[in-house]
Amino acid sequence: MTTYTLNSLLPARSNGLAEIAFSGVSKSYGNKAAKSSQKVLQHVDLSVQRGEFVSLIGPSGCGKSTMLKLVAGLTSPTSGQICIDGMTPANAREIVSYIFQDATLLPWRTVEQNVGLRLELEHTTRERRQEKVAALLELVGLSHAAKSYPRQLSGGMKMRVSIARAMSTKPRVLLMDEPFAALDEISRDHFNEEILRLQQEQGWTALFVTHSVAEAVFLSTRVLIMAPHPGRIAHDIPINLPYPRTEATRQLAAFEDYITTISKTLRGVQSQ
Amino acid sequence: MKRIFYNALNAVGVLLTLLVLWRTLIWVFSIPAYMLPTPFAVAKTVINRFSSLTNSFWITALAAASGLLVSIFIGTTVALIFAQSQWLRRMLLPYTILLQTVPIVAIAPLIIMWAGAGLFAVSLITFIICLAPIIANTTQGLVSVDENMVNLFLMQNASGAQILWKLRLPHALPSLFIGVRIASGIAVIGAITGELFAGSSSIGQGGLGYSITYALAQLQTDYLFALVLAASVLGFLFFFAVMFLEYYFLHNWHESARKTESQ
Repeated sequence: MTTYTLNSLLPARSNGLAEIAFSGVSKSYGNKAAKSSQKVLQHVDLSVQRGEFVSLIGPSGCGKSTMLKLVAGLTSPTSGQICIDGMTPANAREIVSYIFQDATLLPWRTVEQNVGLRLELEHTTRERRQEKVAALLELVGLSHAAKSYPRQLSGGMKMRVSIARAMSTKPRVLLMDEPFAALDEISRDHFNEEILRLQQEQGWTALFVTHSVAEAVFLSTRVLIMAPHPGRIAHDIPINLPYPRTEATRQLAAFEDYITTISKTLRGVQSQ
Repeated sequence: MKRIFYNALNAVGVLLTLLVLWRTLIWVFSIPAYMLPTPFAVAKTVINRFSSLTNSFWITALAAASGLLVSIFIGTTVALIFAQSQWLRRMLLPYTILLQTVPIVAIAPLIIMWAGAGLFAVSLITFIICLAPIIANTTQGLVSVDENMVNLFLMQNASGAQILWKLRLPHALPSLFIGVRIASGIAVIGAITGELFAGSSSIGQGGLGYSITYALAQLQTDYLFALVLAASVLGFLFFFAVMFLEYYFLHNWHESARKTESQ
């Protein structure tokens, strides 16, 4: 059932500075005629302000990845509307970057060629590209590996290349689908601090999918707990931890409290 | 370095043993020369008839190489078309398997009837038997691209041509080489088989296959052996040429070529 209110029709206006706005978004996969369609998202309303870091957490099948794909314009909603800085997702691709779970590097390209891929696709001149790629590699600490091929890199280094590539187009919105899931815990903590440092410098808005409660709490201004069957946002929990967030943040009592609360809520959602 | 030396020594040792065994067999069983010539007689024939031997060698090499090259070009083109739609693949891919299973000896006479004896017919036969492995492997490579890699290109509003040239084709290159490796092995066989039926009409002007039938009819067994030797050398050359190209294009990034490197 879809109800049209003024709010749901005019999300950008109603939310002022909203960078990402979902209004009454539903998404089903499958054949309508065969009545086998599966509802992945049902009536999702969401407004993410500029500069926010929002994590999506929840059991598998609750539509977390679908949310990211909708923002990226890789799939369209069955009903409802999505606005990225007042634009449709298809038109907003230029300001959106996507980091996938595996680094998705092209194995036949060197590190610098991989980082420069998006610039190359948008026909940036060779000189300009080399300049930008060098700066990006510097940013993620991989200048020494510029000429290496992906097979020569560790998992963490591959992810750095992937991050550098995502930054190459100066995104305003960064979508991350469990980017650090394959890394060991120490690297993951390290990456978490670094991604926050990058956000501080560049000021993009983040939508971050994860299965780790600790990671979500550490990174986010808000954690959205999602529930399955059909996928929806069940809880919206603001995280009021001080910045800058460092190793010391993980020692705070409030940090532990958030983890306990969210873990409990998550178990409640899962057992429904 | 020492290991390479010992390996070479072993190979030479095996060859010498075989040659001695060959000569001994002729001596023990008193085999006549038209049945089995001595290694020395074969070597002498190779030297005496070197010019006609190399002549045949190049004719066959040309037929095999042109058939193989055209099959790589056409095979890749067909694979690119197949990669566009699953419907097309489901409908037409079974016929490429048919292409592989039909016995070449059975259709070679037909092709000669249609195309006339000569280089073109032989190249065509080679082309036909090389085509199937190239289509099958390249198609597989083109369609097995990771979905997120495609998404990455779509996020950048990449054109279809960009996705093809910068993603699908390089991704399919290792699979294409598997196809070419298989095809290069059968290309020489295809060319010689074709020549058995349609080598040439003038004596001494045909390729290895034609000369083999000619030598057999004349009971020139020593020359027959020389021809078989030349055919083996040709097969080796094709194999190593493909290996070299594969190494050249893939050794930086792909596992298959790197294994060859470390052996």
